[in-house]
Amino acid sequence: MAQAHTTHDGSHGSYQSYIIGFVLAVVLTVASFAAVMTHALAPGMALAALGVLAVVQIVVHLVFFLHLNTSNEQSWNLMCFIFAAASVIIIVGGTLFIMHDTAINMMSR
Amino acid sequence: MLGKLSLSAIPFDVPILVGTFLGVVVIGLAVLGAVTYFGKWGYLWREWLTTVDHKRLAVMYIILAIVMLFRGFADAIMMRTQLALAYAGNPGYLPPHHYDQVFSAHGTIMIFFMAMAFMTGLLNLVVPLQIGARDVAFPFLNSLSFYMTLVGALLINISLFIGEFAQCGWLVYPPLSEMQFSPGVGVDYYIWAVQISGVGTLLTGVNFFTTIVKMRAPGMGWMQMPVFTWTAFCTTVLIMASFPVLTVTLALLSLDRYLGMHFFTNDAGGNVMLYLSMIWTWGHPEVYILVIPAFGVFSEVTSTFSRKPLFGYNTMVYATCSIMVLSFVVWVHHFFTMGAGANVNTFFGIMTMVIAVPTGVKIFNWLFTMYKGRVEFTAPMYWTIGFMITFSIGGMTGVMMAMPAADWILHNSLFLIAHFHNVIIGGVYFGYIAGMGFWFPKAFGFKLNEAWGKRAFWCWFVGFYLAFVPLYVLGLEGMTRRMNHYDNPDWRPWLLIAEAGAIVIALGIVCQLTQLYVSIRDRNLPENLDLTGDPWGGRTLEWSISSPPPAYNFAVIPDIHGLDTFHTEKQLGRRAHNKPLAPIHMPKNTAAGAIIGAFSFILGFGAVWYIWWMAGLGLIGIAVTMIMRSANRDVDYYVPVSEIEHNEEVYSRRIAAAQAAE
Repeated sequence: MAQAHTTHDGSHGSYQSYIIGFVLAVVLTVASFAAVMTHALAPGMALAALGVLAVVQIVVHLVFFLHLNTSNEQSWNLMCFIFAAASVIIIVGGTLFIMHDTAINMMSR
Repeated sequence: MLGKLSLSAIPFDVPILVGTFLGVVVIGLAVLGAVTYFGKWGYLWREWLTTVDHKRLAVMYIILAIVMLFRGFADAIMMRTQLALAYAGNPGYLPPHHYDQVFSAHGTIMIFFMAMAFMTGLLNLVVPLQIGARDVAFPFLNSLSFYMTLVGALLINISLFIGEFAQCGWLVYPPLSEMQFSPGVGVDYYIWAVQISGVGTLLTGVNFFTTIVKMRAPGMGWMQMPVFTWTAFCTTVLIMASFPVLTVTLALLSLDRYLGMHFFTNDAGGNVMLYLSMIWTWGHPEVYILVIPAFGVFSEVTSTFSRKPLFGYNTMVYATCSIMVLSFVVWVHHFFTMGAGANVNTFFGIMTMVIAVPTGVKIFNWLFTMYKGRVEFTAPMYWTIGFMITFSIGGMTGVMMAMPAADWILHNSLFLIAHFHNVIIGGVYFGYIAGMGFWFPKAFGFKLNEAWGKRAFWCWFVGFYLAFVPLYVLGLEGMTRRMNHYDNPDWRPWLLIAEAGAIVIALGIVCQLTQLYVSIRDRNLPENLDLTGDPWGGRTLEWSISSPPPAYNFAVIPDIHGLDTFHTEKQLGRRAHNKPLAPIHMPKNTAAGAIIGAFSFILGFGAVWYIWWMAGLGLIGIAVTMIMRSANRDVDYYVPVSEIEHNEEVYSRRIAAAQAAE
């Protein structure tokens, strides 16, 4: 379709931004392994730390490698991402809310 | 070699099925024979089966939906007849084993293969025309989506004659649907039919979302989009967000059944309740996927036949978007009785009541559109007014059940059955039929017969109330759903009335068939022909081109200056464009969709019967076809200017002829 052929001019990032992203990703990965392997944290705390580090890792990948930002050409991607994230939060959070409450109420756990 | 499949899988001992099978064979042979006799195979293959034209795919979707309506309705009237007979000493004519398959198939077919197919058909026909596009964003994917839906429908109907269908309701709740309690192939048929058609639906969602975002005519901003396109947009968002949940849920159930895992089993750490939550996380958005485009149809029909712009366009758009978001936070109301505490039930109960607010806003918008309008009572308008009354009643019973306390009494009773038929027949079905009548001339170039359309409406309208108001009463009297025998003498009169209602609805379907027959027979009468492409005095872009439109839809992509630009320009008398014609870039037809569909069928059938070489063959076939299609660079062509000029000239002559006739 002729009218569907839009020019592809998405940002490709600079040398510097890739390096920053790479360093951050490596630091976060090492931190995750360290949190578990050094036994510095209690198991529960380590689990929570892993969760936080994973979410930060996602954000680093999105910003530095997938070039998601607030610029004009990325606005659709950003909006879709926010909507998708909101849906996932509703679905996952809602399911946890329901299943937890049911388990307590039915004394199945 | 043949897995579980053997001759004993074919139900020779059930006379109803043998009779149905013979009927299907006779009709099938008659159709195939007619196609051969008239030498239409080449035409059918080149122009229809391999087409990527959204208008032709739309017609095929709607034909599929109508065929599935017959199947689903046959199931419905069988159930009503069983309950009219099966009182006290009489066991009725359907044994429980058979009756349970009938109600499971009825729900599955009506939702997945009637309503979804009809909805996708309307989207296909209307959305590209309304936004001034020449096709959808991914025409080949569109053809593939159709074949995925078709294969799902075929699998589910084959289960009638080879093997059996699920006996655990249209959402196959575990643990009943687990291997332990359903060792047959019924649930596997369900899983594969729904999964394969689900792929098609998801692709449709992506396709139309991209089309609406990327391919609107220049100048058409978001708030200049026709309301039907807005509703289509919200539906595609819902499809993309919710169908993956269905896919995952059914995939987990298949892992339980095929690989002996324990996601939803009773023992070994499985959690049945998680299935309920997950399936309804998809299931509630699903009902809005169906009804939101129907709201779009009503908006177009009401404003066109009231000769007024839609009252409150902005509120209509905002209401649609809020329904879209809210539909994701109400799913617990399908299982208030599951055992969640007051916090969960209260939250979801309140959200359910809140979703009635934007829906109510819409009803008032339509009413105020009609207010002081010059309402023309055509058949689509009849369906619309019938909808407003019926849907309002259904909405109110819905809000009643949104109260968890009331739901504890009404859950799984016939009151619930009456409620959701009230909104699905009164909202979805009435809407799609209104849309079919409204856009039929656009697709075929002639109008549907009005008198038979109105007869069909009255039969459906009266039949609906006769069939379902008794179910409200029965629900309050304590009759539960999915019973196939009862002893309570108080229920019997109501069930007999409901049976009468089902027969009146059957007459409605007969009227609709007659309407199609009469309309095709009289298509060349001057009052039926649509020469101008604008038979109703429409407001949106689809009426600015000839009926049926050329393959490329628009000779020149129109410029949009506001809402209902076409209507404004008609008023100002500026219809002719003066842009130069240019060759039009179009996609070529392809057999790849049909071939992938055939292999998907082989995959699905093989997997249902544990014929693993067959399933493997299907999978390899799909992959190879996909690779070959991706490597094929010869997928497009240009329509030469001479051909466009010729079409435009024919169209101008038709308009002149129409003006001369007036």
